[in-house]
Amino acid sequence: MTTVDPTVPQVTPHQLDVPQTAALPPQHNGPDAAALLETTFVRSWKAPIAFGVFTLLALILFVVFGRTGESSFRLSTDSDLIQLPLVTVAAVATSIGITIVLALISLFSFFLVATAKRVPLWLTAVFAVMFLTAFLTWAAVGATVQVPGLLVGALSLSVPLIFGALGGVISERVGVVNVAIEGQMLAGAFVSAVIASISGQVFLGLLAAMIAGALVSSVLAVFSIRYFVDQVIVGVVLNVLVVGLTSFLYSQVLQKNAEVLNTPVRFQRIDIPVLSEIPILGPLLFRQTIIVYIVYIAVFAVYWGLFKTRWGLRLRSVGEHPQAADTVGINVARTRFWNVLLAGAIAGIGGAYFTLGSVGAFNKEMTAGAGYIALAAVIFGRWDPIRATLAALLFGFATNLQSSLSIIGSPVPSEFMLMLPYVVTIFAVAGVVGRVRGPAASGKPYRKS
Amino acid sequence: MSETTTPVAPAPEADDRPQWHAVMREIVGGSAMISVLAVVLALVAGAVLIALTDEKVQATAGYFAARPGDLIAAVLSAISGAYVALFQGSIYDFRQTDFLAGIRPITETLTFATPLIAAGLGVGLAFRVGLFNIGGRGQMLIAAACAGWVGWSFQLPAPLHLILAILAGVVGGAVWGGIVGLLKARTGAHEVIVTIMLNFVALYLVMFLLRTPGLLQAPGTNNPISPAVLPSAVLPKLFGPEFNLHWGFIVVVAATIYVAYLLNRSSLGFKFRAVGENPNAARVAGINVKSMYVYAMLISGGLVGLAGVQQMLGTVTSGFSSGIDAGIGFDAITVALLGRSKPWGIFAAGVLFGAFKAGGFAMQASQGVPIDIVVVVQALIVLFIAAPPLIRVIFRLPTPVGHLPATRSKPGKPAPVEAPSKEAVR
Repeated sequence: MTTVDPTVPQVTPHQLDVPQTAALPPQHNGPDAAALLETTFVRSWKAPIAFGVFTLLALILFVVFGRTGESSFRLSTDSDLIQLPLVTVAAVATSIGITIVLALISLFSFFLVATAKRVPLWLTAVFAVMFLTAFLTWAAVGATVQVPGLLVGALSLSVPLIFGALGGVISERVGVVNVAIEGQMLAGAFVSAVIASISGQVFLGLLAAMIAGALVSSVLAVFSIRYFVDQVIVGVVLNVLVVGLTSFLYSQVLQKNAEVLNTPVRFQRIDIPVLSEIPILGPLLFRQTIIVYIVYIAVFAVYWGLFKTRWGLRLRSVGEHPQAADTVGINVARTRFWNVLLAGAIAGIGGAYFTLGSVGAFNKEMTAGAGYIALAAVIFGRWDPIRATLAALLFGFATNLQSSLSIIGSPVPSEFMLMLPYVVTIFAVAGVVGRVRGPAASGKPYRKS
Repeated sequence: MSETTTPVAPAPEADDRPQWHAVMREIVGGSAMISVLAVVLALVAGAVLIALTDEKVQATAGYFAARPGDLIAAVLSAISGAYVALFQGSIYDFRQTDFLAGIRPITETLTFATPLIAAGLGVGLAFRVGLFNIGGRGQMLIAAACAGWVGWSFQLPAPLHLILAILAGVVGGAVWGGIVGLLKARTGAHEVIVTIMLNFVALYLVMFLLRTPGLLQAPGTNNPISPAVLPSAVLPKLFGPEFNLHWGFIVVVAATIYVAYLLNRSSLGFKFRAVGENPNAARVAGINVKSMYVYAMLISGGLVGLAGVQQMLGTVTSGFSSGIDAGIGFDAITVALLGRSKPWGIFAAGVLFGAFKAGGFAMQASQGVPIDIVVVVQALIVLFIAAPPLIRVIFRLPTPVGHLPATRSKPGKPAPVEAPSKEAVR
């Protein structure tokens, strides 16, 4: 299996006529062809092979071992203004149809790679959605899937992951590996619960969560930037430290004064007029608490900031080549320090979502590994805010799928459903993502000489 | 991770100084002193936390201006109560009149230390090859399931049965760790992600096996718990039935000797260390880096699996549930860091953390101080040890001769990508 050299993703597909594939007819022979820089393109068969495997899986599971019967999908809740009809499909026919589409997508991706083109992201997304639809149809034979509930629950599980992943992206892009996302989130959850309980102000709680996340981050920043300690080690130890501290304070202080210290006010749901009445998407995206609206803004702000502003350019240059950045006058240590703090603050909001958004009180180790999943989303998303967000959504969806399917009684044991996101991640990391290339200087301390 | 400070060529003026001066500086500023001071500092921080959250202290602080003595007395009693309980629970209980009963705590410490050392050796070995094995939990669960299954399914004579059960567990852990090494070598999948993901996969797999009748569930129960291990497969107690310490401790000592031999004396260990120091240089030198990753993860997983075996056949012989790993897989990371990934260092660190664990339970029972404080102290110790310059600044220690300040070689974390490929493109 060949690997993509990820250093050439900026090259558009038609520029990819390369010496190695010279036998193929050139894609375009315009007058500007000679002026193009010569680039190498190594064909990656990973995506087509992965598609093929999943198509085969679909064929075996949904068609050969298909279940006869009908599956129903409820697309709207009773409170919606526009009521959509109940969609009922025959399981076998749908499965066969979708499997054919999956096979076509796989063939198309083989064709793309064979002609030295990349498999675009949207194709992967379409493939994933189709596969999941087939799976749902197969699993829900004789029952009704509550689509709005499934999606809302998935988003709710994804929101903290997205915040954590954004924190991870910023921190790693500036050159500091952020394993401490879990600690930043847990600290944010704890402090926001206490502050929101004492003050009765939910926004004060949110602010406190950001400060708490930034504080945890500051330890990471000081140790890795000032004392050159290995960043992964500091991150892991910080996670342990925050788990210990919050658990200790929870047992010792919070539990004894729960009414005063651990009953935070929570964010109220805000319905955005008009938009919230859009079928399916409205209740999902626009009947949420403000912290979910913040996530929409944050994703695009981080994307825009990283790739379109001076701040982002400096941040990325420090993460890719600190010496070059230093040479042109960027203060590497300071840039790293403040951006790692910012990353912690964003991850802290993710922690506040647990206490002020979904659960409503702090509990021991309540983030339950979400920070590690967010870290996986960062790497799965190849250090890109949009891709990392998509990965976080996928993890959230897969986790929620399990609880939805256990209600309707799925044929798969619930443990295997719970396993699914993790298995998919392993396959994705091994198959589709492969040898990912992070920011070049991520994890490397910079010593000015 | 290897050396904590990179030795560089001694400064020229070092030769002018008297010999004893350099020796003194090495003792005061060297790594042993740093370790001791880190433990002291972490215990002080723990004491502050205990005092701050003590109810009596908070009550007396209300009238501090009127009777300051009360507050000081409350602070002292809270701290000393907790740390005396910690000592009595982990080393020697001097309230007991009988000597044998008095030394019981230290055997408890060693019992808690046994799996910590085994898992720490596994994580530390991976560190030396530049791999970060966070998958201790999954490897322990799989190992415990394998060892347990052999332990209760077969009727065999005592020593053979025990040996087979141990081997089954170690192989289970090795396979679970080996998957990671294989995926990293074959596809370049990042071992941190794969180990984290495999932890969850193992957890749900074991949960499924434990609640499905006919697989690992004990017959006649609806709870997700396995049958008890047969007596012939249980690790025998080392000092008779009144002490919990079992033969697993001897196995762990043997494992430590083996890892020390492997890393320091064997050709495989040399290759491991070469890959850990610099994978590119190792490849240029003709070492097959990819197969080293596979071997390292196999051995690492096997050692972590040994910890699961000891939990299964030594500590929780009455049947296991999905919580059998008891957080050891994660504690092992801190043990390996504190032991600086050196076999005997890990052994000592494991005993220290075992003492914290044994004493922590005693402290929680007698003083009502939550055991989580132990986690805080452990994390702080590692944090302080990881940053020798910080300790030197706090205690105003001299910088040892021959060591540059603030120079710490990057411990064996591999560069996430092969460096030359990207350089070649530029």
